[in-house]
Amino acid sequence: MTAKKNISSKIKFRIGISGFFKGLVILFAFSCVIPLLFILFYIIQAGASKIKWSFLIHDELSDSAGILHAILGSFEIVIFASLISIPIGILCGIFFSENKGSKFTYWSRLAVDILQGVPSVVVGVIAYAWLVRPFHQPSAIAGSIALAIMMLPIIIRSTEETLNLLPDSLREAGYALGLPFHRVVLKVIVPCGISGILSGVMLSIARVAGETAPLLFTAYGCTFLSNDITKPMETLPHLINKFATQGDPKVLDMAWGAALILLFWVLLLNIFTKLITRKWKVQL
Amino acid sequence: MNSSIDNPLITRSENLERVINYNAKSEVSVKTKNSIKRSHRQIKTEVVFRRTLSVIGWLMIALVIGILLTLIWQSMPSIKKYGFSYVWTQVWNPTASVVNPEVFGALPFLFGTLLTSFLALLISIPFSLAVAIFLGEYYPEGWFSNLLMNTVELIASIPSVIYGFWGLAVIIPILGKSIMTSSLILAVMIIPYAASLGRSMIRMVPANLKEAAYSLGSTRYEVIRSVIIPYVKSGLFAGVLLSLGRALGETMAVTMVIGNNNSFPKSIFSTGNTLASMIALELPEATDDTHISALVELGLILFVVTVVINLIGRKIISRYSNV
Amino acid sequence: MESTIIKSVGYNAYFGDNHVVKNVNMEIARNKAIAVMGPSGCGKTTFLRGINRMHELIPGATANGQILLDGEDVLEMHPIFVRLKIGMVFQRPNPFPNLSIYDNVIAGYLLNGIKLPKSEKDIIVEKSLTKVALWNEVKDSLVKKGSFLSGGQQQRLCIARAVAMEPEVLLFDEPTSALDPISTSTVEDLFHELKRNYTLIIVTHNMQQAARVSDLTAFFYMGELVEYDDTKVMFTNPKDTRTQNYITGRFS
Repeated sequence: MTAKKNISSKIKFRIGISGFFKGLVILFAFSCVIPLLFILFYIIQAGASKIKWSFLIHDELSDSAGILHAILGSFEIVIFASLISIPIGILCGIFFSENKGSKFTYWSRLAVDILQGVPSVVVGVIAYAWLVRPFHQPSAIAGSIALAIMMLPIIIRSTEETLNLLPDSLREAGYALGLPFHRVVLKVIVPCGISGILSGVMLSIARVAGETAPLLFTAYGCTFLSNDITKPMETLPHLINKFATQGDPKVLDMAWGAALILLFWVLLLNIFTKLITRKWKVQL
Repeated sequence: MNSSIDNPLITRSENLERVINYNAKSEVSVKTKNSIKRSHRQIKTEVVFRRTLSVIGWLMIALVIGILLTLIWQSMPSIKKYGFSYVWTQVWNPTASVVNPEVFGALPFLFGTLLTSFLALLISIPFSLAVAIFLGEYYPEGWFSNLLMNTVELIASIPSVIYGFWGLAVIIPILGKSIMTSSLILAVMIIPYAASLGRSMIRMVPANLKEAAYSLGSTRYEVIRSVIIPYVKSGLFAGVLLSLGRALGETMAVTMVIGNNNSFPKSIFSTGNTLASMIALELPEATDDTHISALVELGLILFVVTVVINLIGRKIISRYSNV
Repeated sequence: MESTIIKSVGYNAYFGDNHVVKNVNMEIARNKAIAVMGPSGCGKTTFLRGINRMHELIPGATANGQILLDGEDVLEMHPIFVRLKIGMVFQRPNPFPNLSIYDNVIAGYLLNGIKLPKSEKDIIVEKSLTKVALWNEVKDSLVKKGSFLSGGQQQRLCIARAVAMEPEVLLFDEPTSALDPISTSTVEDLFHELKRNYTLIIVTHNMQQAARVSDLTAFFYMGELVEYDDTKVMFTNPKDTRTQNYITGRFS
């Protein structure tokens, strides 16, 4: 009788432990979300009052100081980075998925893996060494190159993974119709995997849109509207860093406004990525 | 003979000629592959396309080797001047004066980097593990699980500078600038990396293994502890390594809250600097060649450390997916 | 006297060091249906894929010997021309999921970048779909995606896609093995129609199917062409004991 009771109390204890553990897991898992909500809430609260039309259409030097130069600069630098990295990235992803198992692909893929792990500040140092030091001048194009290097591995990986998911029968259907290799790839394989490729592209843009470290000594930043990509250019993240560390309450306010806009933009890109994945998905 | 019987529009050979835009008969009579290649634009494009792809493959290798060589080349002045003592010198003084000569030593920053990162890792592990277990085992499907996963992934998508700014405005007034503060913020930032990898690994645990344990009367906790965790152990480790790689290279958030002190940190509550934050702080304004090359050498160290850690992590993951 | 369209002379195919098709000599006459059968792994599919140079798409796959198409060696031709002259239908229906039914039929033109006037495209689509007995079923839903159709319809769409290019020869790699019995018999009926305009080479696991649809049958075993004869002769009076064993179900 006591032995039986002993066993059942042991089982109860074990069940109790199991329940306790579950509670612990839920507690910890959900407390991850708290800082995120806290940050979102704080930035919206601090930045919302700053978002006015004049804030968005003037640069820093105007009487009613704004951040237009940083918004446009961010756009320009990211667009140039995309122009460089998207074609190279997609073609490289195609190369990996079409040449699985070769020795060369292995080394090249390893290079991309390494590239993915390189800290953003080191990428900045590289662009600095290649394009800023030789010309004795920070330039927007150096910033674009740095961001492009950071975008490459993301685009390559997502392209490769997407294309690897496509069945071989699709390729064979193309070849059997007498299509040459490039048409099989560009007209059959890529259109079928377009959702994955696009979402990789969007993801890479979202990832670099908020990068500051590689721009500190490449695009450097400036105080007025500039369209010359061989000259320094301001970007949103750089502007936030500049204003946030100055300590002047007036510019601190502008930093919150800029932070809200940057956050909004990055979140929008992320949501857009999710939507693309759903909308363009080809039913196989 | 060659014509299609019931296509009134066009004969078979005409159709073929239209499709490939050359006279198959006359061309094949030459019977060499080269002449066919030369004769046809499509095939030329095919060859060009294949070449372009391999060139881009080579480009990736060249890019990485180029990065390494550039870092070494640019830090040569510093390497020549200080040699190995650079790594264990505790003083960083870019402005020479009569009392203090110009000298560069990376030890405080190397230590600062390792300290902030490992501290951040320690703080983040319980959280990322909890997310991984919750989403991998307790609630693997449904909108709720998706919502939590998307939210956690959102943590990774918020720009570093915003974390730093927020830390500056909210955490600093409470805790002050210190290594601990930057580790706290870093910990939040790196949660998603280990969490999402851990979650997909836990999902891959075969159902029959878990069922075997359940059939023996195990509770859910016991199944997690003695079946799931051992099964995905090395995968979880890889996830932790990847988040460590992230933490080591993280720049802006750390730079803004660590206090930027060039001396050797005395405790986790003192101010300090990391490899990345030093570069971010001093390279934009540096003009002296030795100073620049000393900063690039910090980048070289950071590059080597993060690459090694990332490669080990990826190696483990790839071994995982092969099993 | 029938004219020969395909003649295989000492054809060998390899995967790396693995010799999977051994010294095949075979003559195929125009407008006949040839069944190719044999146990799994006997090299019949590899041989079929060798005819239109699909074999070499697999990394490490090589081939030598000759396969003459109207007297021209396909191994000397560029694969693109070979594949335009020799169409292929696969084991599993593989319509292009991103194209409509209409575009799937003219995919060979579309994807090769050949501009056709709309009226001609319409004719090709209708003709091709009629040839595979699919026109009446899909004529009102031509703009829908190909993956919207049932498995049997998809497979007929794939046949239409190959037929639309007006090839000389059509290769079928176990075309009904992924289909239900009703779809299978629809596709089998098609073979009789298609034979009038094309030479058909059909790899099949199914002996009844071989007997039903083919004029001649080739039996492969361990990479060799063991026997090749009139289908009736093959099934009633096989000369080789290995063929006998296979037909009587002694091994499969």
